Amino acid sequence: MNRQIRRVAVVVLVAFMALLAAPLYWQVLAADRLANDSRNTRVLIKEYSIERGPIVLANNFEVARSVRSTRRGDPLEFVREYPQGPRYGMVTGFYSLVFGRTLAEQEFNSFLLGRAPEQFGQNVTDLLTARETPGGTLVLTLDRATQAAAEGALGGRKGAVVALDPRTGAVLAMTTFPRYNPNQLSSHNPEEIRRNWERLINDEDGPLLNRAAGALYPPGSTFKVVTAAAALENGTSMSDELPSPDVYDVPQTSADIRNFGGSSCGGGGTLTLTEALRISCNTTFAALGVELGSEKLAAEAEKFGFNQPSPYQLPAATSSIPEEQDVPATAQSAIGQRDVRVSPLQMATVAATIANGGRRMGPFVAQRVVSDKGSVVKRFEGEDFGQVIPEQVAGDLRDMMRQVVESGTGVNARIPGLEVAGKTGTAQHAQGRNPHAWFIGFTGSGDRQIAVAVVVEEGGDVGSEITGGRTAAPIARDVMRAYMGGG
Amino acid sequence: MESRRNVELSLLLLALILSVGAYVIVGLAADNEVPSGSAGYGATLAGLFLGAHMVLRWKAPQADPILLPGAALLNGLGLVMVRRLDYAEAAKENYRPEAPAQALWTVLGVAVFVAVILVIRDHRVLDRYRYSWLLLGVVLLMLPVLPVLGREINGARLWVRIGPFSGQPAEAAKIALVVFLAAYLAERKELLATATYRAGPFLLPEIKYFMPLLLAWAASLFVLFFEKDLGSSLLFFGVFVILLYVATGRFSYVAAGLGLFVTGAVIAYNLFGHVQTRVATWLDVWAYYDDRGFQLAQGLFAMATGGILGQGWNQGRPDFIPFASTDFIFAAFGEELGLLGVTAMLLVYLLMVFRGLRIALAAPDDFGKLLAVGLVTSFALQVFVIVGGVTRLIPLTGITLPFVSFGGSSLLANYALIALLCRISDEGTPAPAGRPAPADPGEVTVVR
Repeated sequence: MNRQIRRVAVVVLVAFMALLAAPLYWQVLAADRLANDSRNTRVLIKEYSIERGPIVLANNFEVARSVRSTRRGDPLEFVREYPQGPRYGMVTGFYSLVFGRTLAEQEFNSFLLGRAPEQFGQNVTDLLTARETPGGTLVLTLDRATQAAAEGALGGRKGAVVALDPRTGAVLAMTTFPRYNPNQLSSHNPEEIRRNWERLINDEDGPLLNRAAGALYPPGSTFKVVTAAAALENGTSMSDELPSPDVYDVPQTSADIRNFGGSSCGGGGTLTLTEALRISCNTTFAALGVELGSEKLAAEAEKFGFNQPSPYQLPAATSSIPEEQDVPATAQSAIGQRDVRVSPLQMATVAATIANGGRRMGPFVAQRVVSDKGSVVKRFEGEDFGQVIPEQVAGDLRDMMRQVVESGTGVNARIPGLEVAGKTGTAQHAQGRNPHAWFIGFTGSGDRQIAVAVVVEEGGDVGSEITGGRTAAPIARDVMRAYMGGG
Repeated sequence: MESRRNVELSLLLLALILSVGAYVIVGLAADNEVPSGSAGYGATLAGLFLGAHMVLRWKAPQADPILLPGAALLNGLGLVMVRRLDYAEAAKENYRPEAPAQALWTVLGVAVFVAVILVIRDHRVLDRYRYSWLLLGVVLLMLPVLPVLGREINGARLWVRIGPFSGQPAEAAKIALVVFLAAYLAERKELLATATYRAGPFLLPEIKYFMPLLLAWAASLFVLFFEKDLGSSLLFFGVFVILLYVATGRFSYVAAGLGLFVTGAVIAYNLFGHVQTRVATWLDVWAYYDDRGFQLAQGLFAMATGGILGQGWNQGRPDFIPFASTDFIFAAFGEELGLLGVTAMLLVYLLMVFRGLRIALAAPDDFGKLLAVGLVTSFALQVFVIVGGVTRLIPLTGITLPFVSFGGSSLLANYALIALLCRISDEGTPAPAGRPAPADPGEVTVVR
């Protein structure tokens, strides 16, 4: 029997060798990776002992700040607060004990903690003087009044609003609905955080999704601006008469393209490019797209930033259009349907690029980091993509888009005393559902320039092109007016 | 014999110094002062273990000198960790501190140790009541399934609640069944080793000798299917196969046992959703981070943060791990005492297991050998199942870490287990007749 017992001893020894090896793996080999995993809240404990810098707008208007925890016996010294509630959550993101960080809180974390290389000089002085280093202040480009107006104008409708300064790419407003309140995830009560989190992730409307940068929609007729740009660059002029049949018999397929609700574009069979854009004639643009071909159409869209990762500083979805499509698909792509997918941020960039005379500026929302003593630690700018479309083409597009707002589908965006340019869209996305309502546009005078994109999910009406303009255009108008000082 | 007890005494003192030192350090780290109860705590702990030591000197002078100090060290450190977790959880509403209860269980555990040493003067008396042990084991196993008494907690039905008292009877059942198996196998091993029937590739002994063993196997399946307790089931079955092998020396039993185990595991996997989740979580814990894998992932984070040297007592956040004081106490130690700390703990376990196997080798009779092997392998398997589960070596099954985890049933059972091992190792000196002293109930109030 002793021989068997000795064999059991050998097995026990082997099993314990495995047991000794397992912690060796976790505590030495895999330790760095796991200890710094953003879900490992222990990393945060160390972070919470640092006075994390605030996130502010102009004039030091705080949208995120750290205050000393008042909870008795709280091991975490500072608690993150979002004084404006849900209004800026789609930019600040949240800073949570349980679920880590997102958006600006994540992307600019090292600056906010005062640990970025740029802040090193400051840290050495602090080391010498044994002072606790407070984090840097992150200054956003958002405009307080415009952001409030965007939130108010969108109201309780699912969708998103983005406003850019066309000359720099600075994001002036970015909102989305439904929203979440980052305060619900930033307390020091893990159970409460988890309860709130459960509710947020199980909400079918996706309040954690920033629709402005992170959601992709078919652009509908707002894409006609891109098709028009391609036409202008390829030899068509604004005043060229183009065919505008009631039904466009698309080559290579039996599926026809009609206007919304089967209405006529009028004009007795032909329209100028300007007229076609003004009344958003589907058949004209579908035919134009087929004439240009899918490659030229995609190439034009790429000038505006399609098919490339977004230059935005925070996570954003990539807008896309297939480079090679057959004729029927090209016809539909030319009017913003089929496989064209855009984020509101991308469509705002399209508007901004036209407003800026064809020079595209990548959108950015964080403009600088300032030390607690007030010196600028780091500046950020929008990426300059240069003159992506000729100034002449941009000028023509602006004139045409002014017509849209002056007397076309976008009349609801008119602002007395300002020249507003724009384009409406009513994008079909699923059989039997209401289409998405779109508006992109821009206005400005002197130093104040603003470009806007608005999408309201299922905010349109099946069978009526005008409804996109009816729902989305007034939102854009309110946002532009707020920025231009019209109240 | 005197020298054995002297070794034990010095090791006990070392264990006491480490435990009380840890207790003081936790107090210092939490409140910046030596905890007011330190002296009383140290005195009580010293009184308990030195008392047990004196009983061994008196009633079992040749007993193994490593087991009691090993238990004292693990128990002492576990107690400090449970208390340390109390500090962290104190801020929570409705939190009931666990340390006072664990201290009480420690007192009762040592009392059980002493009682076993005093009452069982020769382990061979256990041999006489073998079927009573079987009956007791089976009844204890079935208790949690009863409608009024049983409680299902965290998906496993292994709790029994009677009035204010609750416990896991499987812990006691484990010992009763090991005693039965050892007794049965010691007597029938020749018969079992002689194969008379051929069934497929296997030679089987006569069915009637095999029946009680099938019953034990059925009991482990019962635990698996009705109490949904993977850990205990694995434990029973593992011990059963090992004992069968040690008794008969036939590998075919091991092969058949493994076959049965694999069959049972496959059936369980296909039958129970929670077994599938366990396996899936084991394979990719990060994919299940937000729900089923959260606990395991937190445990791994804790160990990773602990690194080689650990964060130090009360410097980590083991309270982030759900059930840190029971199933996941090993990870809590990993965070605060580091790789060095948990390696030391595992070596203490290994040392205790090897002492147990040595006791089996030296035992004068077959029953003693089998009993020692059964007890010590159940102890070793329990360590393997929970430490392996927490470190993702094997799928996680909730079970206590012997002597360290919070939990009364486990503590009492493990003290009884090492007491039996001490008793077997003492063979050679006849125990003098003496009236068994009951545990002094006064001790209980001292600690509270």
